Amino acid sequence: MSGIWVVVEERDGRASRISWEAVAAGQKLAALTGLAVSAVVIGAQTEALATEVAAKALGKVVRVEHPLLAAYTADGFTLALQQFIEAEKPDYVLFPHTYQVRDYAPKLAARLGQVLIGDVTGFAEGPVFVRQLMQGRLNGSYRHSGNGPCFVSVQAGAFRADEAQVGEAAAITVFSPTIDPAQIRTKPSERFRGAAQTVDLGSAQMIVGVGRGIKDPANIPIAQELATALGAELGASRPICDNGWLPMERQIGSSGQTISPKLYLAVGISGAIQHLVGIKGSQCVVAINKDPDAPIFEVADYGIVGDLMEVVPALTEAVKAAKQ
Amino acid sequence: MKIIVAIKQVPERDAQVRIDAAGKWIEESGLQYTLNESDAYALEEALQLKEKHGGEVVVLTAGPERVGPTIREALAKGADRAIHIDCADLGARDALGVARLLAAAVKPEAPDLVLTGLQSDDLGQGQTGVILAELLGLPHSSLILHVEKTDTGMTVKRELEEGWFRTVELPTPAVLTIQSGGNKLRYATLMGIKRAKTKEVRTVTAAELAVDSAPVAVLERVALPQKQKSTQILPGNPKEAAAALVEKLKFEARVL
Repeated sequence: MSGIWVVVEERDGRASRISWEAVAAGQKLAALTGLAVSAVVIGAQTEALATEVAAKALGKVVRVEHPLLAAYTADGFTLALQQFIEAEKPDYVLFPHTYQVRDYAPKLAARLGQVLIGDVTGFAEGPVFVRQLMQGRLNGSYRHSGNGPCFVSVQAGAFRADEAQVGEAAAITVFSPTIDPAQIRTKPSERFRGAAQTVDLGSAQMIVGVGRGIKDPANIPIAQELATALGAELGASRPICDNGWLPMERQIGSSGQTISPKLYLAVGISGAIQHLVGIKGSQCVVAINKDPDAPIFEVADYGIVGDLMEVVPALTEAVKAAKQ
Repeated sequence: MKIIVAIKQVPERDAQVRIDAAGKWIEESGLQYTLNESDAYALEEALQLKEKHGGEVVVLTAGPERVGPTIREALAKGADRAIHIDCADLGARDALGVARLLAAAVKPEAPDLVLTGLQSDDLGQGQTGVILAELLGLPHSSLILHVEKTDTGMTVKRELEEGWFRTVELPTPAVLTIQSGGNKLRYATLMGIKRAKTKEVRTVTAAELAVDSAPVAVLERVALPQKQKSTQILPGNPKEAAAALVEKLKFEARVL
């Protein structure tokens, strides 16, 4: 067994921010278990990425490199990492919990008779790994049983990228997997943007977010009136955009926009993980919800428990009065 | 085109969840259950593909007896028949264990396409479809919003983070996990509900499928999350609470 290996994901030629969070998590797990922590980069040309990663306090950095890994495919990445893991025999394999990792890590784990403990927010002595259940209403503690590597992915924002410790330059080696072109069954295109984004929630200073609690598209105007009174942009959680009640470009969360306003007012939003990762940068969070146990209250600075159909118009009036 | 849609019955979104006496799962008595949201979109995609290209839609689910109404709902919306894996210990199996059950039921059907939602609203692991593809030896793609049939297989639109997308070409048979929002969901019609009563639901027990059920990832304990912030809840009637909130935002948080 060879300790903890963190799989670093590349974004525009550099390690992505959440990859540094995974490195920080790997270093913490190393401190907890007494194991060494190393990193893997994967692709067709990984030299620059490996050099960037090797600056952190890591035992080794391995470049898993093959021309067929130029574009991400689940088949290619699974084959390459399977061969690497079979050769290296890690105790733990840590991933950042990205859409790409969600696409191949469960497959990779299953091929080796393992199960990914995914979207982990923390870990403790044991080790036990904590992840959210029931849309964030509960935490579940998971333990890996049996032999073989334990696969874990960490949730965006659960660990701090700036806590990834810098160390002496780690030794960089190359691992060359064997991949036959016929083993890659899917053909991905270049990535592209959806409709032109005309709403920039990312730089808005005040945002009112609308969630399922609004119940009916006919009720959207009451949230709009509050936004207008505040001089705020209107945003929404995914289900509202899925239903076409507000355009997709107003969606806040992992698949939509990431926001960092001074004030975020969540109206009828329960606070699913996918939404919460998008609002982490908010300075002040206010939640209005009828359910006092809604997970949004775990991250809110202020809350009003009540019927939004009554609370929101009252708040609009109070804001107007305060601004006069 | 023969399409299998793997669906899951989950607790209603607004259900009040209580932790059970053993602290290992939630108290299930008295809970209302419903069709998992992204599975509803997977079913919708399957029904639309059938309407365009012909074929058969088979729904597949694993769970105890209570999943019956969810199966009937899928049949009422237009699925042709159903396979129910009768399994009382679903919660004790991990994602690989559940996928093994589903794979054992899918294999003899030899479908052209297997669809499932991208994740369940209760456990939220988002792994079942991807593992199922691995166990069946099929290619897959996840987080799919749109499916287009081609001469050799399919072209699908895959969601990435922060408003980006990618198209992926893949041969059939294949497995796709469907993201919510790609289609508009249909309601069951009265005629559909009536027809559903006569459609075939084949039950197979988990024991008959004889797959390994011992979990690798063991859920040891569930607990209420610790608050990350201490939230100030503003009391009073809506008017009082609203006025108090504005005061706080103005003079304490200084964001107004």
